[in-house]
Amino acid sequence: MKEILKIDALKTSFKTETGRINAVDGVSLSLKKGAVLGLVGESGCGKSVTALSIMRLLPQPFGRIESGSILFDGKDLATLPSSEMFKIRGRRIAMIFQEPMTALNPVHRVGNQIAEVFRLHFNEMSKKEIKNKSIELLEKVGIPAPEKRFREYPHQISGGMRQRVMIAMALAGKPDILIADEPTTALDVTIQAQILRLIKELQHEYGMSVIFITHDPGVIAMTCDDVAVMYAGRIAENAPVDKLFSEPRHPYTKGILSSIPRLSNKRKTRLPIIEGMVPPLDNLPKGCRFRNRCPDAEDACIEEPDVREIAENHRVSCFAV
Amino acid sequence: MTSTNPLLKVENLKMHFPVYSGGLWKKTSTVFAVDGVYFEVMPGETLGLVGESGCGKTTAGRAILKLYKPTSGKVEFDNKDMGTLSNKELREVRRDLQMIFQDPFESLNPRHTIGGILTEPFEIHGVGNPDSRQELAAELLDSVGLNRDALNRFPHEFSGGQRQRIGIARAIALKPKMIICDEPVSALDVSIQSQIINLLLDFQVEMSLSYLFITHDLAVVKHVSDHIAVMYLGHIVEITDADTIYDSPAHPYTQALISSIPVPDPTHKFSGTILKGDIPSPVNPPSGCVFHTRCPHAKDFCKNETPKLTDVSGTSNNSHLAACFRMGEI
Repeated sequence: MKEILKIDALKTSFKTETGRINAVDGVSLSLKKGAVLGLVGESGCGKSVTALSIMRLLPQPFGRIESGSILFDGKDLATLPSSEMFKIRGRRIAMIFQEPMTALNPVHRVGNQIAEVFRLHFNEMSKKEIKNKSIELLEKVGIPAPEKRFREYPHQISGGMRQRVMIAMALAGKPDILIADEPTTALDVTIQAQILRLIKELQHEYGMSVIFITHDPGVIAMTCDDVAVMYAGRIAENAPVDKLFSEPRHPYTKGILSSIPRLSNKRKTRLPIIEGMVPPLDNLPKGCRFRNRCPDAEDACIEEPDVREIAENHRVSCFAV
Repeated sequence: MTSTNPLLKVENLKMHFPVYSGGLWKKTSTVFAVDGVYFEVMPGETLGLVGESGCGKTTAGRAILKLYKPTSGKVEFDNKDMGTLSNKELREVRRDLQMIFQDPFESLNPRHTIGGILTEPFEIHGVGNPDSRQELAAELLDSVGLNRDALNRFPHEFSGGQRQRIGIARAIALKPKMIICDEPVSALDVSIQSQIINLLLDFQVEMSLSYLFITHDLAVVKHVSDHIAVMYLGHIVEITDADTIYDSPAHPYTQALISSIPVPDPTHKFSGTILKGDIPSPVNPPSGCVFHTRCPHAKDFCKNETPKLTDVSGTSNNSHLAACFRMGEI
């Protein structure tokens, strides 16, 4: 399949009290056209920062892209001027966030926020057309009585409905790529099932490519075609979803997959665990970042492992593999 | 169930909160957070209380500890009626009935050192003297796998997982009989969750603890529980042992809940129904069966009458209860 987005050796840093730290430190990834790429990892692994780097929405003035490239449609988003980026963001690449209450503007009506996307990117449309289109989108994402909801404020609708509004806004520009950053983490499990199904359906209908960020391996298994497991700012393992779950190769991937409680487990037995915790980014172990928690660590791990291709489309950064 | 007495017995517990709004703070409506729940927890066992946001699981836990004064109903712990206890007696009971909270950032006083936090239970209950309390606190840190130098440090110096360990150390300090765990692993990263679950399982065996384990995570609750109660809008809709509820769920809500769990296996094919609509507000719960607005099997009579928990095990020993009129047919 053709690549629609290619990230190469991306480094993104943040200024902190203790100096600059690299939240994303040499990440290379590619998103295939029409596919769902999952980014999975624990807090601080750099999955959200990767997404914000693509969108060029890094918090200013603390965050910046240090080096590397993000190729999309023949342009390098990492160095694109802001004015050019303005035409891509929300139109060609759209993003939805974990907490729709904070992502929506509380003082604007729901309909107005969707209409804004049309006003920004499709200035040939008339007011009436914009309104009709917005209501049509609300209906499309499964919001009952869309004409009524169009006039409501975000606080008047439920969390699941807000996430549907966010999705409607993202779809307004008919984007090529949708980035979904933990879109269901704040939702209840029955609502999560609704939203995941909606995203999948719309992806097929619009032929979008999706980057899906989550910490939940169950959600990854349900939604993704390819997966990149991130740890402390780097890619640990990158493989098609069935490969990753059936033959995980990186000790971190193996550890996570065996430590999650599953319905098939024998109840009340101790779970296999990964010892210790994720190191802070300003105090990483030398060499492999997973070394201090790794059951397979050896002398060679004092060097930083490169991400190597060990089988077709299966990349791992570990010396022991 | 065995013939021994339950450690905790909850009967028709109701917890309603008034809503004040408008001029003069008039009471305008009522939140029916918990609306008549029954369950028992046997010594050394875990009852998982599971449900989505707003179902009343947290409120139920707090009402049991009398952190809220229940509107009505009876809570019996260790053969004592919690409702009739004086403050002094309640303090004694809370020695045996502790709590762990979801948010390890908010449940530890940021101005106290870990030593201060962990010696406080001993001070309140007059255990030991100032020197021996320090030693007891240090032993608690050993038992939850933290370094003893934590005693002189403050909560903000620890990660979420470490703070939850401190919360657990505080809960087990007085060697309680039971701990109410309110979403103890929900705020933690995946690799830390399993560490904390193991810690809780170890203490249960070591100290013959009972847990009331409150969570929205159906995979976690299955792993730690002996029995599971499913709550929806203030009511228990189904309660039975942990294996039965997943193998043969009787209530349509339980069925939908279980089929909605994202299974970490890409070859797993989704089967079952995706519930339509949102969870109604507990301020104005639906009439009759509270689930009828989302239930794929609802009939007209479900809107008018409230189903009671009835035995569906076929053995009439009340080992599997569910509240649905149409269980025989669906």
